[in-house]
Amino acid sequence: MIKGISCLAKACSWLAVVVTLGAVMLFLGFLGAKGLNTFNLTLFFGQTPPWEAITGHLPVWHGIWPACVGTVVLVLLSSLLAIPLGLASGIYLAQYASGSWKSWFSLAVELLAGIPSIVMGLFGFALILFLRKTLAPQANTCLLLSAVCLALLVLPYLIVMTQTALEAIPGELRLVGLSLGFNPWQNLVHVLLPLAGRGILSGVILAVGRAAEDTAVILLTGVVANAGLPAGILDKYEALPFQIFYLAAEARSEGELAQGFGAALILLILTGALFLGAYYLQSTFSRTWDQKKLII
Amino acid sequence: MPIPGQTRWHRLEQRQAAIKGLLLGATIISCGSVLAILGFLGYFAVPIFSQGHLAEILSWDWRPFQGRFGILPMVAGSLCLAAAAMGLAFPLALGICGFAHGLGPQRLGRPLLGLIHFMTGIPTVIYGFISVIFLVPLVRNIFPESTGYSWLAAALTLSLMILPTIVLVIHAQLQQVDVRVRLAAAALGFSPAQTLLWVLAPMASRGLWAAAVLGFSRAIGDTIIALMVAGNAPQVPHTLLDSIRTLTAHIALVVATDSTSQAYQSIFACGLILFGVTAAVNFALRRLQTRASGAMRHD
Repeated sequence: MIKGISCLAKACSWLAVVVTLGAVMLFLGFLGAKGLNTFNLTLFFGQTPPWEAITGHLPVWHGIWPACVGTVVLVLLSSLLAIPLGLASGIYLAQYASGSWKSWFSLAVELLAGIPSIVMGLFGFALILFLRKTLAPQANTCLLLSAVCLALLVLPYLIVMTQTALEAIPGELRLVGLSLGFNPWQNLVHVLLPLAGRGILSGVILAVGRAAEDTAVILLTGVVANAGLPAGILDKYEALPFQIFYLAAEARSEGELAQGFGAALILLILTGALFLGAYYLQSTFSRTWDQKKLII
Repeated sequence: MPIPGQTRWHRLEQRQAAIKGLLLGATIISCGSVLAILGFLGYFAVPIFSQGHLAEILSWDWRPFQGRFGILPMVAGSLCLAAAAMGLAFPLALGICGFAHGLGPQRLGRPLLGLIHFMTGIPTVIYGFISVIFLVPLVRNIFPESTGYSWLAAALTLSLMILPTIVLVIHAQLQQVDVRVRLAAAALGFSPAQTLLWVLAPMASRGLWAAAVLGFSRAIGDTIIALMVAGNAPQVPHTLLDSIRTLTAHIALVVATDSTSQAYQSIFACGLILFGVTAAVNFALRRLQTRASGAMRHD
């Protein structure tokens, strides 16, 4: 009887693994097979000469170069907003906050982490409606608005990763600096942050990857299909995830479809590389502390 | 005359206080943004209550050109899609976790979990894209009466997206079980499979609940897969081949098609519902976690 149940469970688990692996391989294999063939200069620049396209002298039609640039600018801008705020909040929560305030702050961070990205986009849209009614009647959705909303979306990742990385440092190491006469800030900058560096960096990379892939937020806050290179932070822009979304629905020819596959493969390589980097840092970080624990 | 050492000490103290203040300021901004989001959604949803549109919005009919703005079909759509995706993903996740924790060969466990980890990094829009190109025509070929853009296709795609979340939560929960428990079970002659089924699984049962709740909220919160694959007809589905529209996709569609102010009011109601669902999920998870950690730590 007991043997029977074990065997049944084993069979079911094998089945689950085979089905999942099969589905994932089918998806990624399909993308790889269709996407790799599309990799050439035409995918990026269409019929425009590459150098003129890169310098922005000539506009690019039928190429994903503007979308790549848009995504990079968008991610840089939102990182610029989110990283200082997230690191500072994470440091405060790990080092300074205590008692009921700490649990209230943590609750707020958890709530922020749970908000679906479309609601974050709706917040940005509401912000524009509000600005139009009150301060700036000309306000419109734009790159800056998207960056702000994306920053809010990735903020909880940064806060939680910073906080956990700092809190993972063993108590003895926290006290060493203080006992030698460092003040709390010196201890933080010269001892704790370097020790937690890998963990924090992996949080930053994860946040960047999350900002690069999100589609729902930018859908409501100013991305368009044909804007060319972003002209300024108050203008509309193109982005890779949106281009993929748009081409899936609107592709009218084989060429446009191939462009969609190319864009999807590039986005996958980008986020995959970021993700593997973060995973590597994270695993070496936790291994360090396991060894330290063994020594101490 | 002030003593030089004392002023220096004083200045250092001031700097410490200033740094702490700066960090506190950042934290207040971060945490205050939740209130700002809730505030904006609420502010734009207020006319629903003050102008008495509540009954209109809580109806089963979405026909904006005839002045009908009911969002209940979308609520039903979200629930149906999330439930179907969970129904597919949860058993698979259980099987995968079982495989990695004793039911399968030990050597294969780590690479499998590595792959699952990698799956969390795959952009949602790519799932949607491949689904539109590959899965939707497949559904259309097998069931010629359907357009392919259906509850079924969206649920299949969405289940693949939420699978890693569920697996990783269950996995984390199983890992927390004390090593001594495993050793005790092994000493009593349990095989790895028996240890998992009769010792570890009952101990991690709250973790299963947490995984289910978290997976469900991921499924409710997803926009892109539903928008791309589910067909977006505002109706209550009767079969798996029917087209459905979720709350999230509804928000995206209404903003994109730019219609009347009352349509806008309805999407802020949708936003509030989604916010409420995820907040409720958070509170449920908090309760589960405090209880689970109480149950796990006996020493």
